[in-house]
Amino acid sequence: MNLAIRDIRHHLGRFILTSIGLGLLLGVVMSMGGIYRGLFADALAVLSFTKADIWVVQQDTNGPFAESSRIPEDIKYRIKAVPGVAEASPLSFQTIQIERSGRPFRFFLIGYDLNGLGGPPAIISGRGIRQKHYEMVVAQAMKMGLGEKIHLGLHDYTVVGITGKVVSSGGDPAAYVSLADAQDIQFKKDNDAIRNDRQRIGATLAASQSLSPSQAELLTRQVAAITQSTRTVNTVVARLAPGADLKEVQGRISRWNHFRPISVEEQTKILTKGMIEKARMQLGLFRVILLVISAVIISLIIYTSTIDKIKVIATLKLIGSQNRVIVGMILQQSLLMGVIAYGIGYGLILLTYEKFPRRIVLEPFDLQALFAIVIVICTVASLVGIRKALKIEPAEALGG
Amino acid sequence: MYAIETENLTKIYGKGDTAVTAIANATLQVRPGELVALLGPSGSGKTTLLTSIGLINEPTHGKVVIDGVTVADEGWLPGLDLKRLRREKLGFIFQAHNLIPFLSALENVMVALEINNLTGKEARGRASELLEALNLGHRLNSYPSALSGGEAQRVAIARALANKPKVILADEPTAALDTENGKNVMALLKKLAVENHSAILVVTHDHRMVEGFDRIFQVSDGRITGEQRNGQEGGNDGLG
Repeated sequence: MNLAIRDIRHHLGRFILTSIGLGLLLGVVMSMGGIYRGLFADALAVLSFTKADIWVVQQDTNGPFAESSRIPEDIKYRIKAVPGVAEASPLSFQTIQIERSGRPFRFFLIGYDLNGLGGPPAIISGRGIRQKHYEMVVAQAMKMGLGEKIHLGLHDYTVVGITGKVVSSGGDPAAYVSLADAQDIQFKKDNDAIRNDRQRIGATLAASQSLSPSQAELLTRQVAAITQSTRTVNTVVARLAPGADLKEVQGRISRWNHFRPISVEEQTKILTKGMIEKARMQLGLFRVILLVISAVIISLIIYTSTIDKIKVIATLKLIGSQNRVIVGMILQQSLLMGVIAYGIGYGLILLTYEKFPRRIVLEPFDLQALFAIVIVICTVASLVGIRKALKIEPAEALGG
Repeated sequence: MYAIETENLTKIYGKGDTAVTAIANATLQVRPGELVALLGPSGSGKTTLLTSIGLINEPTHGKVVIDGVTVADEGWLPGLDLKRLRREKLGFIFQAHNLIPFLSALENVMVALEINNLTGKEARGRASELLEALNLGHRLNSYPSALSGGEAQRVAIARALANKPKVILADEPTAALDTENGKNVMALLKKLAVENHSAILVVTHDHRMVEGFDRIFQVSDGRITGEQRNGQEGGNDGLG
């Protein structure tokens, strides 16, 4: 006969309510683990979908995700020419926040060469971008429909395709446009600004006594053309040819001035160690605190339940019950509470994790580790009750 | 052979100036099949005597023999498994029945059997038999909260009898019952003592029940001050 089960059956309401409470706590612990894994997955999403081997960015920066990086687009030709490089494509990244239906609408805009690397990983519905201008592929999380238009910079862009879960390292959903469109959105000035720039440059050069008026006019046109150019990108990504040596290619690019070739491994380190380390520590701390709270609650419940059973335990001892019967009853109750609470927490997360604003990634290892921790906590928590139970004297069963 | 034998049993709580003698030189013998009472006012030491015989309270001095096994001689004898002895040789009945509230009547009896390593099916059969013999066949699956005082005490008696103990120790078994139920319980104990050939030692201060006992030991201020045998009153001589 299992005394633990019989006691639980007798106090079923109390046991279920306690387990639900604990289950909610464990659900939060699980979700925090999932959020951490989600942060990791989000941070590396663009990196992994791009499938490049080298990210060439502005010298002395950790760009393009952790730091701002600007390099000329035409450097792609030089990179392509490096022995061992099979493919090189420029990419542009920017976070955009606009008003949509009266609410802030934030996303991560990726501009890519339509025939190169870094485009949307998979089209769920619609199609990929075919025209060089004014077409857009958006992540599902942006909740936009095919054919919807959005005004960015100076133009309207039409959604032609929906892609999966691509987000920035900050968790904002991604949208893809052609590189030319992304550059226009990021750098192109409106006509008034262009006119103002030209006049300012013209006036400055005309004031120079060393230039003739015709020279000043010629220079004005050339300088204005440079300042109006949008041919800037945040990075050029490269894929190596089979058998090419990564270090050698990096070495060659490093020898040029102004550029830093970052390997995928280094980029991963920058993203994970630098950008999400604090969040990881914070989430870890919260998880520890919540687990301690769970342990305290279980201890308290088990202790209270042992106090409630002093007469029962004393009677069992008096009629000759072995300590293992009493210890087993308390330990089994504690473990059962932990296991049920874990199940409730897991069920809760399974039902809700798709609805979380940030990505939750439930790794089997994390879930198994948490289960093991819950078992240890329940065992340790039951010791308080067991200690009390073992101290109860059989004589306490006597008297009224 | 006596089922219960004590010789100069003494229990002293504390030491030095604060020492309190709860029992002094108590000597008594109870034969199998006898129903014997320890009668005395509250604080007279009768429960201490019962717990010393029940292997709960270690005697300070003196000797205790249960069913031929010497368990105490100037303290517990070393190497004794007191829990096993309690399981196998003793049965306990309490004032407030002390049934386990989350077990049914049947399970309350079964638990005593299972503690003594009887398997589930055998335990169930034996427990059912006992409860049916005590006219509780219709209450097997009732929980203690649903039983009347008399029924609960009969379940407690069934539990005490479960392992066919040689000695049954009862602490005020009729105190929480009305006179009629109390008398029924006494009659039942008397019957069981004879049928099972068990010695039953009952602590009581309930004078309503004295006529049911074979012998009564008067306890006062920690001493056995007299013995009454089937209505005859005797002195302390030869009784302890």
